[in-house]
Amino acid sequence: MRISMKIDGVRYDDDVEPRLLLVHYLREQAGRTGTPIGCDTSNCGACTVLLNGRSVKSCSVLAVQADGGEITTIQGLAGDSGELHPLQQAFHEEHALQCGYCTPGMIMAAVDLLGENPNPTEEEVRDGLEGNLCRCTGYQNIVRAVLRAANGGAPAARSDVAAEVTA
Amino acid sequence: MTAVDATQAEVGKARTRKEDARLITGQTNWTDNITLPGLVHVAFVRSPYAHARIASVDLTAAREAPGVFAAYSGADFAAEQGSLPCAWPVTEDIVIPDHPPMAVDTVRYGGEIVACVVARDRYAAVDAAELVDVTYEALEPVLDMEAALAPGSVKVHTAGNKSYTWEFANGDLDAAFRDAPVVIERTYRQQRLIPSAMEPRAVVCAPVADEYTMWTSTQIPHVLRVMLALVTGIPEHKLRVIAPDVGGGFGSKLQVTAEEVLALLLARKLGRPVKWTETRSEGNVAVHHGRDQLQKLRLAADADGRIRGLDVELLANMGAYIMLVAPGVPLLGAFMFNAIYKMDAYRFNCTGVFTTTTPTDAYRGAGRPEATYAIEHLMDDLAAELGVDPLELRERNWIRHEEFPYTTISNLTYDSGNYEAATAAAKELFGYEGLRKEQAERVSAGSPVRLGIGISTFTEMCGLAPSRILGALRYAAGGWENASIRMLPTGKVEVVTGSSAHGQGHETAWSQIVADQLGVPFEDVRVLHGDTAVAPKGMDTYGSRSLVVGGTAIVNACEKVRRKARVIAAAMLEVSPDDLEWDAGRWAVRGDPDQGKSIGEIAFTAFAAHDLPEGIEPSLDSDATYDPDNFSFPHGTHLCAAEVDTETGQVRIRSYVAVDDVGVVVNPMIVDGQVHGGIAQGIAQALYEEAAYDSSGNLVTASLADYLIPSAADLPSFTTARTTTPSTLNPLGVKGVGEAGTIASTPAVVNAIVDALRPFGVSDVPMPCTPERVWRAIQEARSEGAA
Repeated sequence: MRISMKIDGVRYDDDVEPRLLLVHYLREQAGRTGTPIGCDTSNCGACTVLLNGRSVKSCSVLAVQADGGEITTIQGLAGDSGELHPLQQAFHEEHALQCGYCTPGMIMAAVDLLGENPNPTEEEVRDGLEGNLCRCTGYQNIVRAVLRAANGGAPAARSDVAAEVTA
Repeated sequence: MTAVDATQAEVGKARTRKEDARLITGQTNWTDNITLPGLVHVAFVRSPYAHARIASVDLTAAREAPGVFAAYSGADFAAEQGSLPCAWPVTEDIVIPDHPPMAVDTVRYGGEIVACVVARDRYAAVDAAELVDVTYEALEPVLDMEAALAPGSVKVHTAGNKSYTWEFANGDLDAAFRDAPVVIERTYRQQRLIPSAMEPRAVVCAPVADEYTMWTSTQIPHVLRVMLALVTGIPEHKLRVIAPDVGGGFGSKLQVTAEEVLALLLARKLGRPVKWTETRSEGNVAVHHGRDQLQKLRLAADADGRIRGLDVELLANMGAYIMLVAPGVPLLGAFMFNAIYKMDAYRFNCTGVFTTTTPTDAYRGAGRPEATYAIEHLMDDLAAELGVDPLELRERNWIRHEEFPYTTISNLTYDSGNYEAATAAAKELFGYEGLRKEQAERVSAGSPVRLGIGISTFTEMCGLAPSRILGALRYAAGGWENASIRMLPTGKVEVVTGSSAHGQGHETAWSQIVADQLGVPFEDVRVLHGDTAVAPKGMDTYGSRSLVVGGTAIVNACEKVRRKARVIAAAMLEVSPDDLEWDAGRWAVRGDPDQGKSIGEIAFTAFAAHDLPEGIEPSLDSDATYDPDNFSFPHGTHLCAAEVDTETGQVRIRSYVAVDDVGVVVNPMIVDGQVHGGIAQGIAQALYEEAAYDSSGNLVTASLADYLIPSAADLPSFTTARTTTPSTLNPLGVKGVGEAGTIASTPAVVNAIVDALRPFGVSDVPMPCTPERVWRAIQEARSEGAA
């Protein structure tokens, strides 16, 4: 089938098999490998992208379903001159990633979360990111990063790290 | 190049990570991103049976399917595929059965590879794999370890279901138990877990003439290269292994896998680059699992709670085959059951058992979480038995600060530690006394939601490992690490490390170390790793070893650079090397600090080589290999407050305080991150995760829809703090932090749940402590109490 979509600002016209998953289309035909695949049951959220401004797990969307749509991946999030999106910056500042495999999906899900709710509480962030799994960070710094981005980039007060104790 | 101020030490700074620039922008190079001209894709056909004889494999339809290059069964590869290796035959008489990467006549776990298809793309390969017609003759599965060892059990392998028994004993255990005022006997089960790194495994292998390059999602490119050579007979110098960006490991990528061996053999056979990427559901049955031990424990104590002796009898489930280091995993726990406590006698006995399940091997902590869970749970049980506060009981038994260095009952010498300080800090942050008061109030009010306080005063052995000890334990390789420094003519520095990071932040932390050691800016250092052609020597990353062993190798390599730079600087300044002193990146004349040469200037002089002293080679590069004398022993006190709803069995972690002592901290931000993630994985074992089989041997948690990895909504925030007793065993004073949180948190959480329920007569809740299990434990205790 013939499909046409805009991916990170560039138009792509392609022939695809009807069964081709959007994430495979992005990675293997459009060459946008910034969006990884973490599972096959749409539980992990690593492949989250924005489709017409809303987050979707691109492993559970067919490429043909995105026909005519506009996709934003992690690779299209930074500004034209390379300045990081506030969430990318906050993830870096708060050490919200270790291996980084969940990071593209986590950031894209957070973009949608803050679009819906620009000033979330910690609990709202935790609930809002429930569909995105991370195995490295224990989520603590991810939550802090999202709150920081919501807060215009200013770090929230730390109650979770105590001063070093001299032994 | 500018020298940095020595007072601005990099070590200790919360530097944001260099790695992030590519990871947050999608420029990461995962193995599955790699594509090459002519690349073909592999799909594997896996056994749906836990145990079966392969009657026939019909590949005809698959071979004729569109886009298919080849299809093979195990029989087609029988002559060349070899046997997957075990590097840790822990006893002389250990049974290590043949383990063909592709099963030839019998399958012994659901998910074992029986055939493979190579096609032009992954969809075509999967389509054709479905056309492979395998006829099986089902055999009875062997799932329970005790039943497997019973006479008359169905045999997993012809040699039987026991792989090995390994024993350690020290002190007079009979005397310790004879007339002991208190004896606690318990059986704990360490459930089977799936490590679940977020990046599924992938491998690409490209042949050029008779040489091969393999990109693979591995923690161990160096070990893998040696092993691939030994397994396949392809000469080691014709193999290059690259671990590109690797999305987590937690031990699961410390392996030589069937898929890697087969990718290499297929690349050789077809003369084309081949690629395989697993799906998560494939990975859940095929990546090695972790834990799965049955622990029978006896502890003898005096009436005042002083421990007299500990007797540990383990069954360790190896699964269907012996993997790379699997037999040694329980041994890493063997030395840790005594933990931070003094005792008169100790015996450890472990039997490795075969079952028709996915093979097990190292998972974050590897042996030490199991041991720590057992002893910390026992300490709480003993405290309850004696009616003593569990922290007070621990204090009566632990090694006092002034007793270090201390040789434990398992013959390890702990160099340093301060359990008093970590515990005092944790108690204060936690509000221990206040929570105990609230707990008592809820009991007297008969509240349906009880409060429990869980304690884990843990230690671990890290920095794997002194080669002589590994040799004594029959491990096939050493435990050293290598580093080299390449001084570039412009004063920039390349550090080549044999450690192979997959999320740990080595590029950042190693830069901090080198910046201090050579007095260069943090930004001027680049870390190279994970490619056997770029970083030819290494023992890779696992066992919280990279900083302790690899970091020390880097320090030693920097020391060599400084030493040689001193001779060149002396010639440049026309003074004797003895007249120079090192000062923040410069060799300067003692008493005349304006007269000096920076390491960058010296590097350029070495590069130009116009006027070097007699006998000095024109290079400032260095190479160092460090073999540690001892393990390192991080420790800490973790305290967990859990609310347990006795009507629903629901557990809510209300607060969690972790005070860790990991020695000197290179980057506190990275250390906190490691602790957070470690605690989360330990909580996952305590509350959520279990790889479960049905009675036919089917893994019923084969996808992320069934295997419950906690999300952000399932976990609380943790409060972290540190005490610092520097390691005396390495120049950095570091101890390692990769596994601490996971080791500490599982017993802290379970102890909290049991503590909340002791008034009902509950003394254990099997993991994972799901609402149903918690509720049942209460009901059972109530009905026993009523009986």
